[in-house]
Amino acid sequence: MEQILVNGAILAANYALIALGITLIFSIMNVLNFAHGQMFMFGGLIVYWTVAQLGLPYAVGLAMAAVAVGLIGMAFEVFFFRRVMRDSTREENTMLLAVGTALLLENAALSLFGEKQRGIPPIVTGVYRIGDAFLPANRALVFGISLVLIVAILLFVTYSKTGRAMRALAQDRTATLLMGVDTARISTLGFGLGAALAGIAGGLLITVSGVNAGIGTAISTKAFIMIMIGGAGVVSGALLGAVALGFIEAFGYAYLPGSLTYLMIFVALILFLLIRPQGIMGKPWG
Amino acid sequence: MTTTRRDILKGAGALTLASAIGAPMRVRAEGKVLKIGQLGVMSGPEASWGLVNKYSAMATAEMYNARGGVEIDGELYRIEIVSVDDRNDPKLTVSGAERLTGEEGIRYFIGPNMDTTATSVRPIAEKNQAMYIPYAFDRSLYTAPARNAILGMIASYQVAPVMYKILRDERGVKKVAFLARNDSDGLLQRDEAVKVAEGLGLEILAQDTYEPSVTDFFPVVANIVGQNPDLIVMSAVAPAHCPQIMRSAREMGYVGLFSSEAAQDIKIIREVAGEYGDGLVSIGGASTPEIRSAYMEDFIEKYNAVAGEWNDEAGTKAYALEMILMTLRRTGAAGIGDIALFQKAVDGFSERNPFLKEDAALTYVGMADYGQKRQIGVPMVITETKGGDFTTLSIGSVAS
Repeated sequence: MEQILVNGAILAANYALIALGITLIFSIMNVLNFAHGQMFMFGGLIVYWTVAQLGLPYAVGLAMAAVAVGLIGMAFEVFFFRRVMRDSTREENTMLLAVGTALLLENAALSLFGEKQRGIPPIVTGVYRIGDAFLPANRALVFGISLVLIVAILLFVTYSKTGRAMRALAQDRTATLLMGVDTARISTLGFGLGAALAGIAGGLLITVSGVNAGIGTAISTKAFIMIMIGGAGVVSGALLGAVALGFIEAFGYAYLPGSLTYLMIFVALILFLLIRPQGIMGKPWG
Repeated sequence: MTTTRRDILKGAGALTLASAIGAPMRVRAEGKVLKIGQLGVMSGPEASWGLVNKYSAMATAEMYNARGGVEIDGELYRIEIVSVDDRNDPKLTVSGAERLTGEEGIRYFIGPNMDTTATSVRPIAEKNQAMYIPYAFDRSLYTAPARNAILGMIASYQVAPVMYKILRDERGVKKVAFLARNDSDGLLQRDEAVKVAEGLGLEILAQDTYEPSVTDFFPVVANIVGQNPDLIVMSAVAPAHCPQIMRSAREMGYVGLFSSEAAQDIKIIREVAGEYGDGLVSIGGASTPEIRSAYMEDFIEKYNAVAGEWNDEAGTKAYALEMILMTLRRTGAAGIGDIALFQKAVDGFSERNPFLKEDAALTYVGMADYGQKRQIGVPMVITETKGGDFTTLSIGSVAS
């Protein structure tokens, strides 16, 4: 049981960073970012390139991943999404665009980094014992960094001026504009922050399991499951969704045949959405 | 603008549609041209399987084209590789095969990479009179009445008896746990391997599976590690997943061996599994340094130029295009458009294996498993990872 709880907690912390990023973009922009998993993948590959190819310290790699993927997100918002949202009358166009950016990033990664799984050595080595459970020191560190980042993001969106503007934008774009907020700038920053979170998550997990150019879709799928459970566009919902998915996965792998775990998760998700289609936490920003 | 759950579904549909759009890529050649197709998964998590096929074919084509092309009936043909990505989706495999064998008029192509995609291609290949070299193990593809597929590597059920016997007799393996990828390839390989293990008197402790889309193996391996096996068999494990499983299991205190009946890549193992990368017994190609020829070294150099870096899987996949070309040289130019001549030439085909430094015959095999010669006689090289490198454990061959 201890091992299952440890596994669940580690998975939940990893997933929370991914879910936070996608929900931030969704709430501010009303864009479901299909490229979120690809941004995660890009973050991991940038860390790989920085550490394994350039020989720079891991912290530099992680910072580069956050900045580079954040800039990619901001560029997507400025050059693609803003224009489509302004000119298009069809809502699904932003989704088609998001799918396009996902394919763009995936193919760019294949060209730049190749088809192989890429990984770097753990930041720290060793394994802790917690009762009967094993906790690799590197996973513990990634868990700790994830928690610190999650708290930092929550403090930022709750107390900073920019964070409050992001929350206002998520609640009512017109009212926010009328209050004199530069909504274009806040949208760009929000997209960039969400993308940077995906990049950081990828940069952290490359030390644990590695990444490859094709991993994006699996990550995006998990991100969608989390925000559907928690409620699309709600920060607390995203965290709740991450915790729920992490522990369901850990218990599923322990007590069900491996192939049944995700089947059961999808069946349970369908049943859950029939009962509560808006997810646990309801509307954007509560 | 409000984004609803319905929109999410529309978006998912759009994703599928966008995935389906893909134009074939080709390496162009001038003059008299011999077009060879390559169809396989080249994007997504399994991308490396198809891309290694593509890069291997391109490297071989470059080697021949640098000499002016392949000589058939006294004439030189420059080789043009036409590649199609099926994204591991049988629907796209079918349309890709239609494109290669219909519109492009190609009679020989390499791939696909999985049971599901390889079986979906069979009717197209038979209708359009094409030969193909899949990397899938379903026996029905190679057993009569099927005649158009030639297995490009050693099947898991051919290597498992040799591998497990070595591990039982020389390494004291008694208890085995199976961890299979949850798709037709993984389950087929696991079921065949379980029969072999039982036949050798090994105790089967577990038969777990995992989804191909899994992103963290730590919770996946917890159960089988808890049963303390001597050997964890990873059925149809992708090169991306193999070192993750090894690392997760080792971090949980596992001290036994791992095995895989699929080729792996040492660089990925080094990078991802790191200090936990030792103790993997797997099948290699003709690329281990102990046996490779100067021709193989040349191939590796060309492969590096094409792909940017070497991939150990290419040691096996180097054979496909080479065998097609050597067989076409036997049939003469008529064989380029007539696969009946190719099929006739397969039975008596025997050439010196250009990839091995020792004198060894390269033939088509498969009589024992399929009742007809529908497999390339790739050497069966079993390797073990030690100190961050593959070391050769045994060299053999499939029964002809």
